[in-house]
Amino acid sequence: MSKKNWPLWEVFIRSKQGLSHKHAGSLHAADEKMAIENARDVYTRRMEGVSIWVVESKHIHASNPLEQGELFEPANDKVYRHPTFYDIPDEIGHM
Amino acid sequence: MANLTKEELFQAKIDAEIKIEPKDWMPEAYRKTLIRQISQHAHSEIIGMLPEGNWISRAPSLRRKVALLAKVQDEAGHGLYLYSAAETLGVDRADLMNDLVTGKAKYSSIFNYPTLTWADMGAIGWLVDGAAIMNQVPLCRCSYGPYARAMVRVCKEESFHQRQGYEIMMTLSNGTPEQKAMAQDALNRWWWPSIMMFGPSDADSSHSAQSMAWKIKRFSNDELRQRFVDATVSQAEYLGLTLPDKDLKWNEERGSYDFGAIDWDEFWNVVKGNGPCNRQRIKARQKAEENGKWVKEAAMAYAEKRRKRQQKIKTQEAAKAA
Amino acid sequence: MQSALFDYTLRLGDTSLIIGHRLSEWCGHGPVLEQDIALINIALDLVGQAKSFLEYAGEVEGKERDADTLAYRRLEREFRNVLLSEQPNEDFAFTIVRQFLFDAFQYPFYQRLTQSKDAQIAAIAEKSLKEVTYHLRFSSEWMIRLGDGTAESKAKMQTALNELWMFTGELFEMNETDEMLIKEGIAVDLNEIKPLWEQRVSSILEEATLTQPTTTWMQSGGKKGIHTEYLGYILAEMQYLPRAYPDAKW
Repeated sequence: MSKKNWPLWEVFIRSKQGLSHKHAGSLHAADEKMAIENARDVYTRRMEGVSIWVVESKHIHASNPLEQGELFEPANDKVYRHPTFYDIPDEIGHM
Repeated sequence: MANLTKEELFQAKIDAEIKIEPKDWMPEAYRKTLIRQISQHAHSEIIGMLPEGNWISRAPSLRRKVALLAKVQDEAGHGLYLYSAAETLGVDRADLMNDLVTGKAKYSSIFNYPTLTWADMGAIGWLVDGAAIMNQVPLCRCSYGPYARAMVRVCKEESFHQRQGYEIMMTLSNGTPEQKAMAQDALNRWWWPSIMMFGPSDADSSHSAQSMAWKIKRFSNDELRQRFVDATVSQAEYLGLTLPDKDLKWNEERGSYDFGAIDWDEFWNVVKGNGPCNRQRIKARQKAEENGKWVKEAAMAYAEKRRKRQQKIKTQEAAKAA
Repeated sequence: MQSALFDYTLRLGDTSLIIGHRLSEWCGHGPVLEQDIALINIALDLVGQAKSFLEYAGEVEGKERDADTLAYRRLEREFRNVLLSEQPNEDFAFTIVRQFLFDAFQYPFYQRLTQSKDAQIAAIAEKSLKEVTYHLRFSSEWMIRLGDGTAESKAKMQTALNELWMFTGELFEMNETDEMLIKEGIAVDLNEIKPLWEQRVSSILEEATLTQPTTTWMQSGGKKGIHTEYLGYILAEMQYLPRAYPDAKW
């Protein structure tokens, strides 16, 4: 076990209060404490963040790009989800 | 679209400037090319720390010391971003590092030249980082998403590096006669290696055409080299320093500078390991890897112990609750 | 009073400068890329602190010496840094132990120093305290990780601890400078820091499964300018350019 390399972690940074955490990159660390500290040293050297999430890369499950069509294209023709689908007379003003 | 092959679909995406992301299908050759290029780039950042690191303990003022430290630290950061990008292609950093220390992997040849005086810190920042930026800015639009994103970060941070170097050159050029001579000497030694940084001439570049089609590369080696020369001439004039090329002259017709023949024999020799510092650089990395082994093992062993302890506490608590 | 204040600020500036210089030697050679970056961050903080203290020392002295002149134009016997700060990096274990023993001192010390009646010193301490809080967290975690890691790492850490221990006594040593400035409410009474340091060190060593050395014989001298042989080489390297070109500006 101890011979193994440090696992890979994905780093997410909140750049300021009010914004969501955004993927910044990845790094290697032996445990979560080290991962957070390394993330601070590596990805926030220029005041890029106020909060850090780290998650071991192996715990991330991703959608399959081959299923991109079936996952995301059905939303294409659901224009009724968008406000511009509905006609509102101009005199009503902004709604 | 339905009867296009996977390769054709892939190329169509690239032609439409749609980025390729890690889990997307990609030709094996594209993946291999990227792994090679990104890891070479990462290695260059890491090896590049050494010639400049050589002067950290001798930086002549506290301001220069922190600036140089921060710069070399950035290079470590850039190496790390790039290794991360390479890892999205299914390789492991440890393996890439191993390729570097066993001499299997290549890195930018320029770092096989020695830094002999403080002025070399100026010349490297100005010329080597200047050439690197020329190369790197187009990479921000590279077709592979993670590489492009890493390069955006790198370029943003890199802008202070060249300015730092130029400022050192300016201080020296405006300094005592010895300082000015030191600056000229550094320019003499770093000029040719810097313009070799763009790689072999287009005619002799083995990977160029395919990389251009894949939009990993946006401009040819010679185009970028020319841009660099054109940008640098007036900067040298401003410093009152002379570029060591008697054939350098403005070509009205081309709207560019003509410059002398590059000594490709020297270039290939340095690439092949015959530069003044190839062995020294690799040895330094080998030593760092060797000395880091026990640290990595210990940290993993401790993480494992801690996990087990925490698990034990949880089981005990669960038992108590039940 | 003025010369005591000069001596005191030099001590603070020199100590941060020299240990920061030592850490900076790791740049490009760290055991892991991520740790290389971390050590350099700490080095940058410390050299920054040094610059602030030396700048102020120059003002206090009033002889138109700025931070650079003080850093680059004084000789071995004029440096006031503690001996611990100049000890060589040796390996990652030595570096971590040296840093931890130092951080465990600097943290409570700066906490008190923020209360100094000298506004300038208090302000530098205030800014530095945030940095040092992180340093202490970093070095404590690595003490535990490497102490309680493998048999090999534990042995290396214990060796480093045993060898560096004799330089810890000096951290709490006080002389006329301290006496005079404590009366003025400027300096920190190091007798108050000692139990805090001891507490921290023994709790971290326990968690790191390391044994606290029993040697009680402590080295002394740094605060009076009597150093180990290492300092001369640090300065020879660090000061070479300004000394080789005395009229040049960089």
